[in-house]
Amino acid sequence: MKEKTLQNSTSKIGSQTSQSNIQAEDSMVLTTKLDKFVAWGRKNSLWPLPYGTACCGIEMMSVMGPKYDLARFGAEVVRFSPRQADLLLVAGTIVEKMAPIIKRIYEQMLEPKYVIAMGACASSGGFYRSYHVVQGVDNIIPVDVFVPGCPPTPEAVLDGVMLLQKMIGENQPRPWKHKWESLQKH
Amino acid sequence: MISKPILKNLLSECFENTDSDSEKIVIAEELGQWIIYISANQVVDFFTYIKKQERFDFLMNISGVDYSKKADTKITQKFGVVYELFSSLDMSRLRIKVGLSESEKIPSITNIFKSANWFEREIYDMFGIVFTDHPYLHRLLTHHQFKGHPLRKDYPADYNQACTESLPIHFADDKKDLDPNSSMVPLNIGPSHPATHGTLRVMCELDGEKVNRANVEIGYLHRCFEKMAETHPYNQVIPYTDRLNYCSAPINNVAYCKTVEKLLGVTVPLKAQAMRIILMELSRIIDHIVCVAANAVDLGALTGFFHLFTYREKVYSLFEKLCGARLTVSLTRIGGMAQEAPDNWLKEVLEFCKDMSKGVDEIDQLLTGNKIWINRTRNVGNISSKEAIEWGYTGPLLRATGMNLDLRKDTPYYGYETLDFNIPVGSTGDLYDRYLVRLAEMRESLKIITQLCKSMPSGDYTIRDKSIVLPEKKDVYGNIESLMNHFMLVIKGIKNKPLEIYDSVEAANGELGFYLISDGSACPYRLKVRPPCFAIYQSFPERIKGVQVADVIAILGSMNVIAGELDR
Repeated sequence: MKEKTLQNSTSKIGSQTSQSNIQAEDSMVLTTKLDKFVAWGRKNSLWPLPYGTACCGIEMMSVMGPKYDLARFGAEVVRFSPRQADLLLVAGTIVEKMAPIIKRIYEQMLEPKYVIAMGACASSGGFYRSYHVVQGVDNIIPVDVFVPGCPPTPEAVLDGVMLLQKMIGENQPRPWKHKWESLQKH
Repeated sequence: MISKPILKNLLSECFENTDSDSEKIVIAEELGQWIIYISANQVVDFFTYIKKQERFDFLMNISGVDYSKKADTKITQKFGVVYELFSSLDMSRLRIKVGLSESEKIPSITNIFKSANWFEREIYDMFGIVFTDHPYLHRLLTHHQFKGHPLRKDYPADYNQACTESLPIHFADDKKDLDPNSSMVPLNIGPSHPATHGTLRVMCELDGEKVNRANVEIGYLHRCFEKMAETHPYNQVIPYTDRLNYCSAPINNVAYCKTVEKLLGVTVPLKAQAMRIILMELSRIIDHIVCVAANAVDLGALTGFFHLFTYREKVYSLFEKLCGARLTVSLTRIGGMAQEAPDNWLKEVLEFCKDMSKGVDEIDQLLTGNKIWINRTRNVGNISSKEAIEWGYTGPLLRATGMNLDLRKDTPYYGYETLDFNIPVGSTGDLYDRYLVRLAEMRESLKIITQLCKSMPSGDYTIRDKSIVLPEKKDVYGNIESLMNHFMLVIKGIKNKPLEIYDSVEAANGELGFYLISDGSACPYRLKVRPPCFAIYQSFPERIKGVQVADVIAILGSMNVIAGELDR
């Protein structure tokens, strides 16, 4: 339902802009669809919440640091408050004790929100097949991009961010998120 | 090492006025370390005497052991508690072992040695051994809904138990946790807070801006290192050690390999020793960079972070050139190094040393005379040497109090005794002194690296014992003998004698010790880590009493608590 109304409204705006294009001759106007425009804005201004728990957190500091510089991808505004962030960057092992906390933090984030699982531990538990380690953070929250490595190189993390940007830019459907949401309701 | 007559004398004096017969106490020697076997009812008498005598001033470590698979012939009971004493007067060590049957309790020695507190709680958590008269005997590392005791031999390593909620703010000293009628304000910091540098949770009760009482909760990164070590062969434990203190991973590699090598009775070649020192000192530098830079960020100085991280990146590039990995390098093997350093690597290290000494000078100019930095750190978090020893402080924090204790000088290994370097010490033990000590240590480490790069010994980088070290890859693919050797070593593992050892190195944060028990099989029977920041961080609730909230963050940053080795 929601998607339909959104599409209707974008086509209206599209026709209006093309009219104004004829009237104002000296100024230039680009026409686009609203959801494309919004997606373009979203993908280039991700505000990450760096949830660094372990070794990957140290490598994430390098990603933010001067050499690899995440700022080049429009994601340098690091927010530690979930209310201000839209990208949860889970960097490091999530143990059972941490599980309720990361779930709470994810729930506190406002839509639209995305999750990157950085490293083997966050993706699958890594080589910690042990009694206190959650076997992948996707057991708790929906994950959009998994970045392998132990820890992944900064280049790999940047690649993961770019992949997410591509997903956002193309408004790719995210069934894993809908599945998680419907599971929460039951 | 102290002699046996002195030890006998010590025991007879200790149990002079008690019912215990000191003659019957068993004294054993294993790999040059003395072990005394006492019973649970002698524990309080013994440690009270030790404390009074002031010879053994440090209680370094307490570990629990599940002996149900019989790793010690002298202990017939199911469990054991092992105490590790250290004397800063003559650098001697003493191990005390107490056997316990399934439901037997053991008195707590928290009143005698403050540092026993968390060690005992951990044993309760992991083995279910009850310490009577412990001030706060609750689970430490696993979550509060956890059932059972994971380090017992009958607990499966991969049996997860989900946690559905986290505990509200609670304090150790009082049953009534929060009084809604009082004027105090509860404040929860962490476990996901930028200033906690990881996964620490601090709970405070505030009287205005001052902390009235505080408590900490840890275990948010308990990855079961010790259980994993029991289920993996000796060589496969090395990657796990990387992830203990991930700010200085090579130090953990070296410390673990050194322990196993001592147990095996092998000495690594001179070249491997020198390489290990270079790696350790490079790691010490980056560890201090992270600590100083992050501490400055917490106090509002962001420049240092970006500036110093440039140098840290350079060290990572050096590691990358050496082995392909940046952070978790797993560079050492039992018996030596994994491979030869590439050509010109040492030259690049020397160039880095030149760059880095400039970098240290710059950070010196940036912070040492900075008025804001001085005001925020001087006379904050002071601690005396005596108190620091009581809590089991080691490393830069202890040296900042004026105590000159560094294992690199006092019990040298790998030829540290032949190198020219100094041990910087502070005087008051406040945050400013800790910073100065770390800064000076970075300079000393550069000195060590420069000396070694200029006089790198020649020879092989590893021993060539077929029963310990894997053959070269080109041989494995080239001839049948090496292929068989590789196969046997991977399938059957290293064969160790059934012995036990406690060995330690001076890590960036203090004494990093490994207590290793072997039962002759391919995997360690028990591997207990003595992380330096575990002992330091347990003093935190007491250290921040009466301190302003802003200083809590500063003190926490200066302690350089690394959750990976704290929770293991």
